[in-house]
Amino acid sequence: MRQFKTMAYPYVVWICLLIVAPMLLILMYAFTTKGNSVTTIQFTFSNFAKFFSDPIFLDVLKRSLIIAVATTIICIILGYPAAYIIANSEGRKKYMLIMLVTIPTWINMLVRTYAWMGMLQDDGLINTILGFLGIGPIKMIHTGFAVILGMVYNFIPFMILQIYTSLTKMDKSLLEAASDLGANKVQAFLRVTLPLSLPGVISGITLVFLPAVSSFFIPKLLGGGQYVLIGNVIENQFLTSGDWNFGSAISLIMAVIIMISMYVTKKLDKGEEMMGGGGK
Amino acid sequence: MKKSGKIFSKAFLLLMMVFFYMPIVYTVIFSFNSKRSLTRWSGFSLQWYERMLSDDTMMSALGTTITIAILATAISTVIGTITAIGLSKSNKILKSIVERINDFPIMNPEIVTAIGLLMFFSALGVQKGYLTMLAAHVMFCTPYVMLSVGPKLRSLDPNIADAALDLGATPWQALIKVIIPQIMPGVISGALIAFTMSFDDFIISYFVTGNGVSNISILVYTMSKRINPSINALSTVIIFIITVALVIINVLPLLKSKKQKGVKE
Repeated sequence: MRQFKTMAYPYVVWICLLIVAPMLLILMYAFTTKGNSVTTIQFTFSNFAKFFSDPIFLDVLKRSLIIAVATTIICIILGYPAAYIIANSEGRKKYMLIMLVTIPTWINMLVRTYAWMGMLQDDGLINTILGFLGIGPIKMIHTGFAVILGMVYNFIPFMILQIYTSLTKMDKSLLEAASDLGANKVQAFLRVTLPLSLPGVISGITLVFLPAVSSFFIPKLLGGGQYVLIGNVIENQFLTSGDWNFGSAISLIMAVIIMISMYVTKKLDKGEEMMGGGGK
Repeated sequence: MKKSGKIFSKAFLLLMMVFFYMPIVYTVIFSFNSKRSLTRWSGFSLQWYERMLSDDTMMSALGTTITIAILATAISTVIGTITAIGLSKSNKILKSIVERINDFPIMNPEIVTAIGLLMFFSALGVQKGYLTMLAAHVMFCTPYVMLSVGPKLRSLDPNIADAALDLGATPWQALIKVIIPQIMPGVISGALIAFTMSFDDFIISYFVTGNGVSNISILVYTMSKRINPSINALSTVIIFIITVALVIINVLPLLKSKKQKGVKE
């Protein structure tokens, strides 16, 4: 069957062009000065210096990280119990509930975020409901609250699905063993279920934090012009002000921050495991 | 204690579902509103659907979204399947290199992939528009097809294809009649992932398009500055298409398995 292996070669050329070359272009632009051609290439760190010396950009970076971390934490707090309840329901109901969580993710994110735009208006649906409850109109649209709400809404299904998968993979007899050995429900959950579902939480964090930190249409639609995040700055560099070198440098900074946070999260997971092992 | 816990968890799930579906229901309801308001209901009308149908930019965005999704799915499914088969017979080094490179568009934030492609198409001097969008969609869909076909190939018995060759089949026949039918479930689920990825894409499309070519996501993004209930009408059409597709995907296998059971009995 060796003759089949040539079938992979066209794709190798294709990914060199459409995946590798664009990545190299980002690297090249990030470390060169504006307006050079191949013959007069000028290496520089000034794009990075520009970013780290300007308090405006540092503020944007800080705000993006705070919002992404807040979104991730809220997704864990709301997503874990939801996944836990679904994983512990009976067969047919379990399947239906997990379908209900999945379906919204198949519907265009822009469409769903646009709906929140209308609902969060000062005289929108949410404030009308609050009005019935006697809570006076609250300013929601164009606030940090709206941005975080939009992110939680868009990304929480990923968290629920990941935790759900790790919970259903768990060997249920371990819980019986724990109760046979005298553990009550809370102890069994803390000592057995929670540690075993941590890998799901970790991959959930990846799937929520990564799009949250780089998102630019959620802050634009729900945060208005005031709520600029790092994704919006990158968008502006490429589509408005046309400084590709600076834009590439910012995306590189963002990519490095994401890589570091993923690494730290994975390390934390390993550390917990070792502690659990030591406890035995 | 136990009962109150059950009620609490039911209430919690119910609230989550309200949270998930409220924006979707809201979009559908307000697409039938008779006034230009996204906040007050003033009566039933189909005027936003009429406006949508007579709006050329909306109809062309809908056309672009659907044709790109179909073409990108077809191309990436064929390329992804062929490449996955080829790689399963290649040496380990090539295989792991391709897998690593495939991880880039999956692991990187979409905006990074998007600006890379934007600069790549500009460097080539290609006119940005429909074809660049299609190429980009094929680029980000194919790794998902390969991820879904790969496991099926690994569990395939290599002796079966060899047996076909020994029995006088040409390599092409062995491929079409033996290998592909066995990995078909992986190919189909890869194609479904590719279709939804392409159909819903915003970020990459937004950066690599030009020349006035938009898909629905780009249109919603650029039109969202002003209140325009036609967007709700368009959104409702999208929600309808996806819901029908989901029902077909989930109900057809059930019907099929019932039929097979019926035959066996």
